[in-house]
Amino acid sequence: MSHVVATQAGKGLTTLWRIMVLTWRHPWMVIITLASTIIMCVLQLWVPRLLGQAVDQAEGVLDGAGAVDALWTTAWILLVVSIGRGIFTMTMNYFGEAVGHHTAYELRLAVYEKIQRLSFSYHDKVHTGDLITVGMLDLEGVRMFFATGVLRVVLLGILIGVGAYMMMSTDLLLGCLALSFAPFVAWNSSKTQLTLRATWLKLQEMLQNLSRVMEENLGGIRVVRAFAGQDHELKKYDEASDAALALAHRRVDIRVSSTSLMNISFLLSMGLVLWVGGEKVLAGEMTVGTLATFLTFMTILQMPVRQLGLLVNSFARASTCGNRLFAFLDLDIEIKDKPGAKPLVVTEGTVRFENVDFAYPSAPARKVLQGVSFEGKKGETIGIVGRPGSGKSTIAHLIPRFYDVDGGKVTIDGQDVRDVTLGSLRQSVAVVQQDSFLFTTNIENNIAYGDPWAKEGRIARASEFAQLHNYIIGLPTGYETIVGERGVSLSGGQRQRLNIARSLMLRPSVMVFDDSTAAVDAGTEQRIRTAMKRFAKDRVTLIISHRLSSLMHADQILFIEDGAIVERGTHEELLALGGRYRALYDLQVKPGDDALEAAE
Amino acid sequence: MTDVTVNDDESEDRRQRPPRAVVGSSLDREEEVFGKAYDPRIVRRIWAFVKPYQKQIYISVAAVLVFTLTQLALPLIIRFAIDAGMAAGGGGRVVLLWAMVGFAITIAFNFVASWIQESVVGKAAENVLFDMRRAMFEHLQRVSLSWMDKTEVGRLMSRLMGDVNSMQEFLETSVLSVGDIVLLFGIVGVLLWLDPLLGLVTMATMPVLFIVRLFWLPPAKVSFMAAHHTNSSANGALAEGINGVRTVQSLDRQKVNFDLYEEKARANLRAHLRAAKFAQVMVPIVDTLTGISMATVIVLGGQMVLGHQVEVGVMVAFLFYIQRFFDPIRSLTMQYSVFQRAMSSGTRITEVLDVPVNIEDKPDAVALTGQMDGSVEFKNVTFGYRKNQPVLKNVSFRVNPGETVAIVGPTGSGKSSCMSLVHRFYDVWDGSVTVGGTDVRDVTQDSLGEQVAMVLQEPFLFTGTVIENIRYNKQSATREQVIDAAKAVGAHDFIMSLADGYDTKLEQRGGNLSLGQRQLISFARALVADAKILVLDEATANIDSYTEMLIQRALKRLLEGRTGLVIAHRLATIRGADRIIVLQNGELLESGNHEQLMKKQGLYAKLYTMNYSSFDDMPENGDEAPPTGKAT
Repeated sequence: MSHVVATQAGKGLTTLWRIMVLTWRHPWMVIITLASTIIMCVLQLWVPRLLGQAVDQAEGVLDGAGAVDALWTTAWILLVVSIGRGIFTMTMNYFGEAVGHHTAYELRLAVYEKIQRLSFSYHDKVHTGDLITVGMLDLEGVRMFFATGVLRVVLLGILIGVGAYMMMSTDLLLGCLALSFAPFVAWNSSKTQLTLRATWLKLQEMLQNLSRVMEENLGGIRVVRAFAGQDHELKKYDEASDAALALAHRRVDIRVSSTSLMNISFLLSMGLVLWVGGEKVLAGEMTVGTLATFLTFMTILQMPVRQLGLLVNSFARASTCGNRLFAFLDLDIEIKDKPGAKPLVVTEGTVRFENVDFAYPSAPARKVLQGVSFEGKKGETIGIVGRPGSGKSTIAHLIPRFYDVDGGKVTIDGQDVRDVTLGSLRQSVAVVQQDSFLFTTNIENNIAYGDPWAKEGRIARASEFAQLHNYIIGLPTGYETIVGERGVSLSGGQRQRLNIARSLMLRPSVMVFDDSTAAVDAGTEQRIRTAMKRFAKDRVTLIISHRLSSLMHADQILFIEDGAIVERGTHEELLALGGRYRALYDLQVKPGDDALEAAE
Repeated sequence: MTDVTVNDDESEDRRQRPPRAVVGSSLDREEEVFGKAYDPRIVRRIWAFVKPYQKQIYISVAAVLVFTLTQLALPLIIRFAIDAGMAAGGGGRVVLLWAMVGFAITIAFNFVASWIQESVVGKAAENVLFDMRRAMFEHLQRVSLSWMDKTEVGRLMSRLMGDVNSMQEFLETSVLSVGDIVLLFGIVGVLLWLDPLLGLVTMATMPVLFIVRLFWLPPAKVSFMAAHHTNSSANGALAEGINGVRTVQSLDRQKVNFDLYEEKARANLRAHLRAAKFAQVMVPIVDTLTGISMATVIVLGGQMVLGHQVEVGVMVAFLFYIQRFFDPIRSLTMQYSVFQRAMSSGTRITEVLDVPVNIEDKPDAVALTGQMDGSVEFKNVTFGYRKNQPVLKNVSFRVNPGETVAIVGPTGSGKSSCMSLVHRFYDVWDGSVTVGGTDVRDVTQDSLGEQVAMVLQEPFLFTGTVIENIRYNKQSATREQVIDAAKAVGAHDFIMSLADGYDTKLEQRGGNLSLGQRQLISFARALVADAKILVLDEATANIDSYTEMLIQRALKRLLEGRTGLVIAHRLATIRGADRIIVLQNGELLESGNHEQLMKKQGLYAKLYTMNYSSFDDMPENGDEAPPTGKAT
């Protein structure tokens, strides 16, 4: 989580305040909730009084017919109070929840939007799991705050405060005894909830560890079997499992000792009230009805006092979750439209790199590109070749502005990519990456991902170009076939071809193939290349590859080493040059140890 | 074929039809929406896991009973204190004191019983869960690979974690629901005993609540499930947005996705509000019924007290019981849903436990030792994964000790199946596979694993350090041996350049290494295993030429002094082999060394002269047939 935000303890209050502000965006619901809470508390506190009164009336404090009438009156009031209490408890709970859900809805959208807009450099350094935690668990913590935090404070405040006042003003000693369980239970419950929360987080971690052991075992089951590693695996499993089980047992102990202690302290207070109250009744200082009132009061207060722990928990959770969530929402977006940025206007379709320097934000000391300059015109194909890590893929990332250059500039028809709108830029530049993400939906939707309004014909044609159409129509459900997790699993080469089709749908002015045919077999690649040729006349094509056959037909080939262009020219020129390109060519055409040494 | 870029979309109607777009998975979850009804078979299977903790269950049921009885007793003691102690003409202080003694004893029992019931049940439930999970995991270590191939890891994981967890709720609450039933009957009994007439009238509301809940439960459950589903659907879309963020941004899809996501989020909001309505609508109903019961006690009971038909303490006790009255009904109706959920989880758990284990050691299986000669022989092997669809047809060949044989052939020719059979991942339909002259079905699987090392096409690394991955199952290997192996396959240099050298922690599946590097580590692992026979499936992925060379060198070193069976994709590997076997459509087409096969002018020669970089590239029919199962 360290990457998402550095949490500071002092920020807790500000965070809670901010949640309250968000909550207040639904003032009516908040007001209804709070009003319901107050009315519900008043009615709730009225019940013991009415019951005590009824007991006294039954004991014949009044006489004859008057007593029966009084009983009827009390009964009617009690019925109305009970119904009222039910209704207001309902509105309190419902609107309390509703406020939370409305807030969660707004936060969900904000998180989603933020995720979509944060630049690559942010996503590079953050684990997807951390983002999922923010978007799911942290959001829950914030959502629950109104119903389990704010609302409960009001509820408990009134119930305990007014209840205590009512009891103590009736009989100070008995009131104190009746509440004597409260401080201990409140303290115990808060402490336990905090401990349980901490151990819960720890337990989740252990269970995650356990599920990782299982997941790897099942995913790598062939390795496990091949090396007869079952016993070894079970040992790993038992270690992880035993640790989690021990902690689960400890949690049971913590919980049980706390609930049992809270229970008995409440019952002890009740016993004391009964005893002292009984003495008072015997001494004639108090009626049985008043004693009954005290005892009922206690049963009403028991739950809220025990829930103090949940309240503390809710505050703790809301403040840590809120901290993380807000820190995420407040993040600066590095790559965004300049104020007043205009859409890219493509006339000639010339791409230029001018003295470009670049280092990834995660490792600013390591220059990945240094002084790279080249130009590609409409209809041209530029090949870029080099060792892994030489910086060739980085070139692909700079054109659609996945990252911003550190020095120099990248232009399309003279417009610096940083001066045009991101949307227009990315519609014009398509980068076909080696690792493509397929969405769990049908093939058609995947191909039309960048142009969801496209007509079927165009989708079919794009996949024909990518040499995928025949395969797709051979599937039982054709373009409707679901890919991914639970659908048909495509081979690496098929995924790459789908990716190519998807990029073609954009009608890009600049098309970059970033090692995007690595898993496609040579024959199919040849056919894709032929199909592309006609397509290439209207745009600039960049081909980044380590397979020379993919790019030797290019108009210009750049050999990149350590972030700089060390050789450039056509295939023939570079072969004649007899340099690094030549060495790589020899290595690929007649592999052997000598060639490797020469290339090194 | 016209150019893709021709604008054939009538732009004016573009935005009027809905986009072909979804966010999040468009597939439904496999999980059943409404649990399962009672199934005695499943219950028996679950009981088998509970049985070892029988004693604990009895103890906690006893504790629950004691606990419930003390709860029932408390209002009675209060009643006794009032009627026998405080009332006019009562026993006064002495009786009150006795009442207090009774109260103290009762709460002492209450304390102990509550401690025991929760602690014993809670721990036993955890134990049962962990036992179940382990039984499933252990079973999965033995089930056939063909079953594993068909089953997604994610699904299994949801059974191992999700379903086991949903049993927890059931196990913990089922003992407690015994208490609820006792409490319910106890209250009914006590009220009738205190005063039959008043009891009956007061309890008239109880069946009303019961009936109301019966009508309420089904639609309420639907709304709760809907809330749950829209939640996972919105979360699924969020997860997809996170994982696919680069694609989303590079294809400029943010706007469309946001709109789609908003729909999901709104559906989620609506479902939750609806569920909240259902949950809360019960509150005023219960409160009204409680109010009616209390009002009845006041009017009827009050008049009875006035008429001296009952004592005032009875009325107080009634008022106390009424407040507890509806709790057991509520938890019992809830318990039914918990039970249904547990039944469907139980079904899925037993499904896993019931997957047959087809490949087991024979009772008289012998251990394969390092003394055997290291030959591998296929004799008339016929084998397949699906009935009547053999993948290998009557294939025979022999690999002599120390020889390297390359198997080549187009995708689907049955190469990978050969490899799996040497390791007895599956049993042949007909014929036999022998290792060192012994049929693989007659040796123990463990010893086979020790003598036959395997390198898979997709190198699989575990979370852990580099050294742990290389050593894997060979715990006896010293650090020196591991380092020697890494040096031999040319992995030492890059390992040393990692942050902590051999002790560098690998991320999940070795994510912080390149494919080539992972390959080299898996070579080192095979070298450390030091088996007589090496079976290797060469990677098809196009690795850059430099790494490729390193791998070729490592391969040479790895095969030295071993019998090698290599599923080859690279010309370099094939030419280095002693013999080449060409498979096509599950049949052995030709075999011999490079020169012999070239002379033969068969498939091999054809593929070779076309200068394809890989033997998987079939000329002419470039479009693959749709996948019809796991062929190779």
